[in-house]
Amino acid sequence: MSSHQPPTLTTPERPSAVTQPRTSHASTWGRGFLVKLALLAAVDALGVYGVLAAWSAESHGLLAVLVVLLVVANWVYFSRRALPLKYILPGLIFLLVFQIFVVLYTGWVAFTNYGDGHNSPKGQAVEALLVQNERRVEDSPAYPLTVIADGEELGFAILTDGGQVRVGTAEQPLEDAPEAEVSDGVVTAVPGFEVLPRPTVIERQAEVTTLRVPVSQDPEDGSIRTQDARSGYVYLSALEYDEAADTMTDVATGTVYRPNDDGQFEAEDGSTLGVGWRVFVGVDNFVTAFADARYATPFLKILAWTVAFAVLSVITTFLLGLFLAITFNDPRLHGRRIYRTLLILPYAIPGFLAALLWSGLLNRRFGFINDVLLGGAEIGWLTDPTLAKLSVLGVNLWLGFPYMFLICTGALQSIPGDVMEAARIDGAGRWRTWRSITLPLLLVSTTPLLISSFAFNFNNFTLIYMLTGGGPRFQDASVPLGHTDILISMVYAVSGVDGSAPKNYGLASALSIVVFLIVATVSAIAFKRTRSLEEIN
Amino acid sequence: MRRSIPLVALALGTALTLTACGGSAEENGEEVETPAETEGEATGDGGTLTIWVDETRQAAVEAAAADFEAETGSTVETVLKNFEDIRADFNAQVPTGEGPDITVGAHDWLGELTSNGVVAPIELGEKAGEFETVAVEAFTQDGQVYGLPYAVENIALIRNTALAEEAPATWDEAVAAGEAAGTEYPILLQMDETGDPYTAYPLQTSFGAPVFEQNEDGSYSPELALGGENGTAFAEWLAEQGAAGTLDTAITYDVAVEAFANGQSPFIIGGPWMLDSFADLDLAIDPIPAPGSEPAQPFVGVAGFYVSGQSENTLLANDFLVNYMATEEAQLALYEAGARPPALVAAADSASSDPITAGFREVGADAVPMPSIPEMGSVWEFWGVTEAGIVSGSLEPVAGWEKMVSDIQGALDAS
Repeated sequence: MSSHQPPTLTTPERPSAVTQPRTSHASTWGRGFLVKLALLAAVDALGVYGVLAAWSAESHGLLAVLVVLLVVANWVYFSRRALPLKYILPGLIFLLVFQIFVVLYTGWVAFTNYGDGHNSPKGQAVEALLVQNERRVEDSPAYPLTVIADGEELGFAILTDGGQVRVGTAEQPLEDAPEAEVSDGVVTAVPGFEVLPRPTVIERQAEVTTLRVPVSQDPEDGSIRTQDARSGYVYLSALEYDEAADTMTDVATGTVYRPNDDGQFEAEDGSTLGVGWRVFVGVDNFVTAFADARYATPFLKILAWTVAFAVLSVITTFLLGLFLAITFNDPRLHGRRIYRTLLILPYAIPGFLAALLWSGLLNRRFGFINDVLLGGAEIGWLTDPTLAKLSVLGVNLWLGFPYMFLICTGALQSIPGDVMEAARIDGAGRWRTWRSITLPLLLVSTTPLLISSFAFNFNNFTLIYMLTGGGPRFQDASVPLGHTDILISMVYAVSGVDGSAPKNYGLASALSIVVFLIVATVSAIAFKRTRSLEEIN
Repeated sequence: MRRSIPLVALALGTALTLTACGGSAEENGEEVETPAETEGEATGDGGTLTIWVDETRQAAVEAAAADFEAETGSTVETVLKNFEDIRADFNAQVPTGEGPDITVGAHDWLGELTSNGVVAPIELGEKAGEFETVAVEAFTQDGQVYGLPYAVENIALIRNTALAEEAPATWDEAVAAGEAAGTEYPILLQMDETGDPYTAYPLQTSFGAPVFEQNEDGSYSPELALGGENGTAFAEWLAEQGAAGTLDTAITYDVAVEAFANGQSPFIIGGPWMLDSFADLDLAIDPIPAPGSEPAQPFVGVAGFYVSGQSENTLLANDFLVNYMATEEAQLALYEAGARPPALVAAADSASSDPITAGFREVGADAVPMPSIPEMGSVWEFWGVTEAGIVSGSLEPVAGWEKMVSDIQGALDAS
């Protein structure tokens, strides 16, 4: 594969692999190259489509990312110097989109005040404040309105109650236009102006809806505006925005509102205007997360329960899974396949559905368990603090043991028979073999999975949310948290994402980062220990 | 030949990258321009209006849209959404410019939507007088109307006429009539383990303990009003009823509806959404029997359409809503799809030929709008659990209720 070789050289169909071992299929005109070309063409077509879509949607960030990815993809697969990248590029792209972007975005939101009241960028907040504070003059009539144009400049022609036509533009306040023609209560022609047909009005709707035609020279008389280009009303603005000074002024009282550090317009007396915008607030969210005294006691309780829940879930599911795996690994048992398939069934049911089913089964009065199995006993499986915790653990055991059963079965079957035989020859008993040979070998391959299971259960939001909703509530706490809430469901409630308080995505992101740090630390320590376990073996 | 391929790719890539840079530079420039100029380019033809609707209302909105399309030459695109997702998605997507022009919604989202600046006011003009007063009031904030109402919904007492011939005037009468009917439950009021303060609200108002203070114009101020003597009187009543077994936290929505459908009680307190389950019963709709001395006023929820604050088609959107959705025909179509009394008086009048709809409408006339102030969000979580705790006996009524009031106040102060 070199440039001194003319491409017209008559070669057999696949010469490169045979005659020139360093030449790849993918860069000569072989079948492989054509396949590659076709695949890349498809990728490029998709990419260009994405680029065009992003272009027309004016989302420039996405556009830039798509272009870069497209260029990189083409470079990697056509270049001869990027062989390793050819294998890892798809993975890298997915990593970038689904992991790194999400992590960075969460990290970024954690340092902003994004949430209810600070939902939009500043420009939109200003717009919203202005439009919310533009009031129709009370009891002012609705004027039939026609959109007219003098060249490029738009204007309104309105018909007053007295049948007079008045005409004006943004610069020119309303004045009488006695020459204008009216039919069916609508102005149809105005001398000096062109009456715009409906399609043109719709085409220029943004200009029409933002046009304000002053009623007179005196700004206190208000201005005419329209929302549907059919009727006009007199409006007065209660707030005015000074773009140069970046201040809002209340027209009636003269109060001046200046932007503050929290992303709101604030007057000198500390009162603020309703709509705020997103700003960078530094570590405020992390401070808030730990400064609110109402959360102090429940937080510790919840932290303890979260750790207990995650650890106990791993231990119980692992022990039950292991026990069953050993039992069903015995070759003397008939119909092992059927048993194994049946045991895996809970694993095949979606977790949220199973949790919901169990919450029905465990209902105090009408649940199957109380009503049928226990003959109408009213046991508060989900309403008594201790029983609720046991129920959560029990349901999680039911949901989780098939997974442990599967991995333990696999690990048991991969333990070489000769090691066992050697142990037996050395005179080790059953228990000794199990404790000194089977279990350590089993743990080497399953410990990483146990750690990931711990991390999963630490954040097992679905189970808690669907089964108990965190309940029963702490009776001594002043916040809506309960005995089975774990950290992540607490985050959900504290940040108001569940609707129980104004939503605060900044706080939610900050708290999830804290939860992540806890899980990451525990997992890192555990992984380190696993490595030492491997070394011993 | 082989060489040219990377070159072409590179050239194409560079060109695209350059245009991308050009694009972002343009974006920076646009921020200081007035919105009018950036929006003007977006539409070329008759314009396309994007509307978020839920499954129930899709067909009715599309029918009204067909007229609109025929008369204006615009295109209306309806996007089917889960009603539960709309509120959060609307808040998240409008600021990015990806949101719809119009969405269906409920009036109690109003406080959140306005404080986020994602909705635009609608000028109903003369049409405002053609709607039920409560419907327009519910969508009004600070003197501005933000939504076009299409339906009014509230709960009432649904009576199985085979089991009880007369409407009970008070709660005790209802319980007595229910016991006389010899059914399993004298009266059904859904109440989860976490409570259902929405359904229990009329009982609370009959003790004179509304959730927030109301201003003279009917709007709510964020001053809690559910405490005090009246509030604790209600709490004590809840404890009594819980002890007597009339109220029970095990009666969930599903349990209550099924029991009523099976004829296990002559009365259920509920809304029009339950009616499908009671298709083969002979029903009458009555005012909710009051346990206290004041009238039992349920919450009214008003459903309507919001216009996005970042819509590039505000003119089309307002034209469509005010001139095509505020018609008797369109409102009746929505009524037939959703079974809630229409918000337009003319449509409500013709829908009232159905005695069930008329019954709900009559109860709704005396009801109060559900507060739409953002503070309301902080109330629900404490409210329901406390009621459930008092009914089940795990909470001492007076102390529990007072703690709830102070906890809610704490949550309001913190946010």
